[in-house]
Amino acid sequence: MLLDKKKKGSAEIPTSSLADIAFLLLIFFLVTTTIATDKGISLTLPEKGQETKVRSKNITNILINAQGLIMMDEEQIDVSQISSQARQMLDVNENLIFSVKAVKGAKYETYIDVLDELKEANAPRISIAEPE
Amino acid sequence: MKFQKKSKVTSQIPQASLPDIVFMLLIFFMVSTVMKEHEGLKVQLPDAKEVKKLEEKRGAATIWADEAGRISIEDNIVQPSQLRDIVYKMVSDPLNPLKIVSLRGDKDIEFGRIAEIHEELRTVGGAALNINYSTLVEAD
Repeated sequence: MLLDKKKKGSAEIPTSSLADIAFLLLIFFLVTTTIATDKGISLTLPEKGQETKVRSKNITNILINAQGLIMMDEEQIDVSQISSQARQMLDVNENLIFSVKAVKGAKYETYIDVLDELKEANAPRISIAEPE
Repeated sequence: MKFQKKSKVTSQIPQASLPDIVFMLLIFFMVSTVMKEHEGLKVQLPDAKEVKKLEEKRGAATIWADEAGRISIEDNIVQPSQLRDIVYKMVSDPLNPLKIVSLRGDKDIEFGRIAEIHEELRTVGGAALNINYSTLVEAD
């Protein structure tokens, strides 16, 4: 008895739709990709319990109060003047440490403004004092 | 006078390599895509000029602190004192260790809240000490 060959279809995988599938995936990833990157001010916090003694002439204190007023070296100063002032101080003493001390009630925005100004002056060492 | 048809070349664009090109693009986007992992709190970021790009997006943990004083990490609203355990777990994760902490604080919150977060991160130490205050880029 002879078996009939029933199948006569070609055994090829249709690849014509491959491009369509790939395009669909491509569009999905194009849409979901967020190009917008996070930007911000980077800082490294000190290790806990690590205290270094610094000579007081190498420290400039910057105080921020709850009203958003800023005091730099015992003098009240405007936010926009911090960077030029800091740059002048760094010219005199390049090892200067800027210690930013904000009270608990100070606004975060003011604190960021001060940090931004110090970064603008290329201050190499910035210290964040914990509020009392 | 009759013009002669000189060209006998068939004018077809070869399409055989199209899937290859598309796949190459696809693979590029697949590799470069970082999916948003967590929903955060609604915050209004402060402005700054001297900003740096957050390079290590894959090893970054994001902490949100909103105006109402809530703190959120990994889709959970937590108390500041709970931060250290969560961050410690992320730092010691062998597969995807933490490299930097991105702090998204609302510009109107009190600094005291930020100081509490600092304190927690300092308790953990190591990579958790690298922080990045998320800001918007200020136009001059």
